[in-house]
Amino acid sequence: MAMKLHEYQAKQVFADAGVPTPSSQLASDVDGVLTAAEEIGYPVAVKAQVQVGGRGKAGGIELVENDEEAREAAESIIGMDLKGYHVGQVLVEEAVDFTDELYVGITMDRGEGKPVAMVSTKGGVNIEEVAEEDPDAIAREHIDPAFGMHPFQARKAVYDAGVDKSVANDVASVLTTLYDLWESRDGSDAEINPLMVTADDEVIAADAVMNIDEDALFRQPELAEMEEEAASGGDELEQKADEYGFDYVRLEGNVGIIGNGAGLVMTTLDLVDYYGGEPANFLDVGGGAKAARIANALDMVFSDDNVDSVVFNIFGGITRGDEVAKGINEALEQFDEIPKPVVVRLAGTNWEEGMEILNEDLVTVEQTLEDAVERTVAYAEEVNE
Amino acid sequence: MSVLVDDDTRVVVQGITGGEGKFHAEQMMEYGTNVVAGAVPGKGGQEAAGVPVYDTVHEAVEEENADTSVIFVPPAFAGDAIFEALDSDLDLAVAITEGIPTQDMAKVNKRLSETDTRLVGPNCPGLITPGEAKLGILPGNIFSEGKVGLVSRSGTLTYQVVDNLTNRGIGQTTAIGIGGDPIIGTDFVDALELFENDDETEAIVMCGEIGGEDEEEAAAFIDEHVDTPVAGFIAGRTAPPGKRMGHAGAIVSGSGTGTAESKINALNDAGVPVGDTPEEVADHIEEFIA
Repeated sequence: MAMKLHEYQAKQVFADAGVPTPSSQLASDVDGVLTAAEEIGYPVAVKAQVQVGGRGKAGGIELVENDEEAREAAESIIGMDLKGYHVGQVLVEEAVDFTDELYVGITMDRGEGKPVAMVSTKGGVNIEEVAEEDPDAIAREHIDPAFGMHPFQARKAVYDAGVDKSVANDVASVLTTLYDLWESRDGSDAEINPLMVTADDEVIAADAVMNIDEDALFRQPELAEMEEEAASGGDELEQKADEYGFDYVRLEGNVGIIGNGAGLVMTTLDLVDYYGGEPANFLDVGGGAKAARIANALDMVFSDDNVDSVVFNIFGGITRGDEVAKGINEALEQFDEIPKPVVVRLAGTNWEEGMEILNEDLVTVEQTLEDAVERTVAYAEEVNE
Repeated sequence: MSVLVDDDTRVVVQGITGGEGKFHAEQMMEYGTNVVAGAVPGKGGQEAAGVPVYDTVHEAVEEENADTSVIFVPPAFAGDAIFEALDSDLDLAVAITEGIPTQDMAKVNKRLSETDTRLVGPNCPGLITPGEAKLGILPGNIFSEGKVGLVSRSGTLTYQVVDNLTNRGIGQTTAIGIGGDPIIGTDFVDALELFENDDETEAIVMCGEIGGEDEEEAAAFIDEHVDTPVAGFIAGRTAPPGKRMGHAGAIVSGSGTGTAESKINALNDAGVPVGDTPEEVADHIEEFIA
């Protein structure tokens, strides 16, 4: 999974590596915005610092000319809910007068198993849309990870994209820096969109995306520290899941789902849908979960108000049925009345031992995955009758 | 017959002195796997799980004629462990480790194109030829000997589908968990080719999931090159775009690639029926081998 840096963090990383960026300051209240704007000089952009795309369209970016406009923008953006994320901070940034908007990016092409550098003259818009509607507008250059990006590859991508000769060398240089950062910082994506071209033929990074491979954070201590800041925001339950160390995704429905292993949990979600229910979440307890972890999982799903019933589906390989049963008992025995019906299906390693331990007064037991899901969906429907 | 692993396979376990490595080395041996050595830097001369430990994989190959490695090395060192395996003239390396940095795997991927050693994984449960041997962490007792080859990106989903088969008396030639990471060694196409060329495999189950385009590539390969009947399953039909479903590789991108729908359509177009439930997959297989 990727850890997403905020724009201001990514810009700092890029600027430290020598990529030209506009002058900017971070602010978290109206006074801070006004002070920053004063120092930078109008016009400035006020930009919400949340890690979602399409901030501009959602009202999270405003271009302002004076104190009055800056105050208005600050009041509307700071504290707003932007696509489910609370905006706590804004970046106040020098507005750049541009003649052109380019796109440069590095990502991992999983199909090829190789990094790929991308350049396009169609920057400033959603690049995924460009990729879909006009794929030839993006020049791509695959990179051998053993050698890194050769200078000629950066030049080739820039020429292939049709970037104007007057800035080609500078764009190639930014692309080279971007690849070096992507490689040395364990990036999953590094992107500048738009890379603005000014009337004086200078290039400047008006936005910055840097996503880091979470599996590599152990060797990126400086970025791991940034994660602390970057993690703020997001759904409350998803944050709780983070603390527990669960793979968790909150969804719209009312059938709670707990299981082990990504593929099997996804399958359980699909079966809930197949039997006419709506999944409330994806929750993977992972391999080898002990009783306490199982109890935490149940606690998580119970604390989602949308959930009306819960299916617990464990197929043990390294996870043991007896530990699962202990955890379920622990979680449920603390209630005088079970808040939401729980259906349990245990299979695989030590499932018989698990069934002996499991307090069947507290749960409904089913033998197969299909039956367990069908029963849970029926319970959820009963609640809503 | 079977593919990749049988009771002649001679296994070296990298990371055998760690908790997981030792436990699963013993489990593999209990199942009948011929574990001949361990390899752990600095632990040469010791013994673990009843077999000699060497400092390097090279020594394990020289001294014990190991031809296959199973890797239980922590993620920070696993990329290096795979490179060592690929440098040791083995037939097969199986990487169980979850959470290897993607850039390490990109470098491994490059090396794979220059060597004859096959890699399965990483982030996978391993593989098993029922009644003969297993490499990895799969629970042996749910598998049974038979004629169905199985390849899957997910561990526990493999167990679920195998359970559906075994409960009907349908056994397996070999089951291969290829792993849920974005960059893996053996992919669907490789596994399908192995099963197609195996005389005993009469039907194939392929369990895919959202993310990437491996299933679409597999469908194209089946259309051209596979005569053995294949039944499919795709997990993640209800996954919303942009949300990663556990596996690093299981994500539908914002632009709509990697969806279950695209994979199911591709498989159907190649003549592969895709079950709505694991039971339905077993139904299809039962028809194929009846």
